[in-house]
Amino acid sequence: MLGMIGATFLLALREIRRHLLRSFLTTLGIIIGVAAVITMVTLGRGLTADVQEEVSGLGSDVFIVFPTRTDPNTAPPPFDDADIRAVENQIAGVVNAAGSVSTNATAFHNGQDWSTSVEGADTEFFEAQSIEIAEGRGFNEEDEARGGSVCVIGPKVVEEIFVADEVIGENMRVGNVSCQVIGMIEERSNSVGNGDANDVVFMPLKTVQRRFIGNADNVQFFVVKYDPTYSTATIQQQLIDLLRERRVIQEGEDNNFNIVDTAEISDTVNNITGTMTAVVTMIAAISLLVGGIGIMNIMLVSVTERTREIGIRLAIGALAREVRLQFLTEAVVLCCFGGLLGILLALGLSILLAGAADLPFIFDPVVNGLSFVFSAIMGIVFGYYPAHRASKLDPIDALRHE
Amino acid sequence: MSTASPPLTEADAARNGRAAEALIEMEGITKTFGQGAAAFQALKGVDLSIDRGDFVAVMGPSGSGKSTTMNILGCLDVPTTGRFRFRGVEVQDLARDQRSLLRRRYLGFVFQGFNLLARTSALENVELPLLYRGEKKKQRREAAERSLDLVGLLPWADHTPAELSGGQQQRVAIARALVTDPDVLLADEPTGNLDTERSLEIMELLTDLNKTGITILMVTHEEEMAQFAKTIVHFRDGLVERIDRGLKSHVHAPGGEHA
Repeated sequence: MLGMIGATFLLALREIRRHLLRSFLTTLGIIIGVAAVITMVTLGRGLTADVQEEVSGLGSDVFIVFPTRTDPNTAPPPFDDADIRAVENQIAGVVNAAGSVSTNATAFHNGQDWSTSVEGADTEFFEAQSIEIAEGRGFNEEDEARGGSVCVIGPKVVEEIFVADEVIGENMRVGNVSCQVIGMIEERSNSVGNGDANDVVFMPLKTVQRRFIGNADNVQFFVVKYDPTYSTATIQQQLIDLLRERRVIQEGEDNNFNIVDTAEISDTVNNITGTMTAVVTMIAAISLLVGGIGIMNIMLVSVTERTREIGIRLAIGALAREVRLQFLTEAVVLCCFGGLLGILLALGLSILLAGAADLPFIFDPVVNGLSFVFSAIMGIVFGYYPAHRASKLDPIDALRHE
Repeated sequence: MSTASPPLTEADAARNGRAAEALIEMEGITKTFGQGAAAFQALKGVDLSIDRGDFVAVMGPSGSGKSTTMNILGCLDVPTTGRFRFRGVEVQDLARDQRSLLRRRYLGFVFQGFNLLARTSALENVELPLLYRGEKKKQRREAAERSLDLVGLLPWADHTPAELSGGQQQRVAIARALVTDPDVLLADEPTGNLDTERSLEIMELLTDLNKTGITILMVTHEEEMAQFAKTIVHFRDGLVERIDRGLKSHVHAPGGEHA
């Protein structure tokens, strides 16, 4: 039986090679269907991964809280250090909370200048934002307490105005403020809508508040890192309640602040890609159905064309199931080729489109493998009837067929 | 009927391990095609007995039922009524696949139109029956080469039917029929598409094969070809009209090859 299958497989290959163009056109439906599904899933994976990376740039298990206008004519009250301390101390499940201010400034070093963003931060902020120190050190308590003239810079700034290996300990000027470079951060992924996350100069929060903003207390936003074992919804509700109370918002009035949950962002993106994938999969399913019917049609043509051959095989003693196996194998091999070409096409398309959309290309072996298996199953489903018909031919009639 | 035919040799009977018995026995075979008013009775009660080692030519005008009889003898078709016993097996009671198994084991077919697989080498054509018998590639190859050698076509093993003459194609077909070492070779107008010279060559080949012990059943309408047979069965109007036995006995003494 094994030799039979091997011989049948070779025979199928030969038949397909004999009608190369016809075989290709027949499998086009499957090629397109398979390629569409895999491309979509691959790009979806890429998009999700991209967003997840951006979200992780914001820190994981983190809320970002910032004031928003409820009335276009009045600026909302800013948050200050006391708000942050209250959140940190009064809500169970909050690991820490850290505020930040940022502004644009020109950095000078070695006679070169570079326009960058200055951000006030402390150790907790680094922790909440998952910022790692690559070289040197981060801010210590003393820096933070006295608003020291020290800075931790991003790789982009190093690249633009520093000489490699001569970074830590160098003095630089940012705007009108001199500072000593004490550390450099790890390269990190760009977070949503915040420009280049590596093009940044961090200084102690107090330093930026005093010397750039001119206000020692207010922050533009703050991040709240929470313990993921707590219920996110509960913490968020407590946060809202606490901030409404602190900001004296009457019942019925809208919040004059906004809370962004990083987990929510990735959920939303996952939902969108999920929906898109489902839609494309539906379209692909129709393409596959049409492709399958095409396979069935061409196999019926093939059975008719080869009626005499079938007659010969039956006359010399082929069993019905052996003839059926032969034609079924041919249909399956044809569909597998379609699946394979579809996978290759998807590979090319995914790499191309991912490159164009600036998304990472993530090869998913499961989706590719399943597509191939599905193609083979299509061969069985749509090849069965023609194969069955071939096996039921009467050898005498088949031999007389011209 | 069988008593009138050349008896089997002692050696033959011993080899079969049973009493001398006709290889093929047909009793009261009828075959009706179609139904109701359109029904056509092709065979109207055929009785025929063929012994092992015989060389039978089946003759008769077209529509006389000789092809229908050959199809039944070849286990490709079953009679409407009557009994057909082949090697003691009641063929009319067998299912389609069981008849296939009978064909692949004991029968070899040669057709008028050669019926080789197109675009497939002579060697692969000859190998085909062995494929269905589940033989390994090496054995298939060796047996097919032996068989092609027997019909003198080994040098043409790699040629496709389109590259071979009619006579050569029929030789390939005979090699294919022989490769399974069958009991019976059924030839349906084997020389129908060939000129006289090639026809005579094919008949010589069949005669030689018959000498090695293979029973040959051949349908022909050419008197000249029928002369090679030991037995000639004449059909007319769906019945056996006449059987001439013991022909060519001066050339082929019955069972002479086993002496």
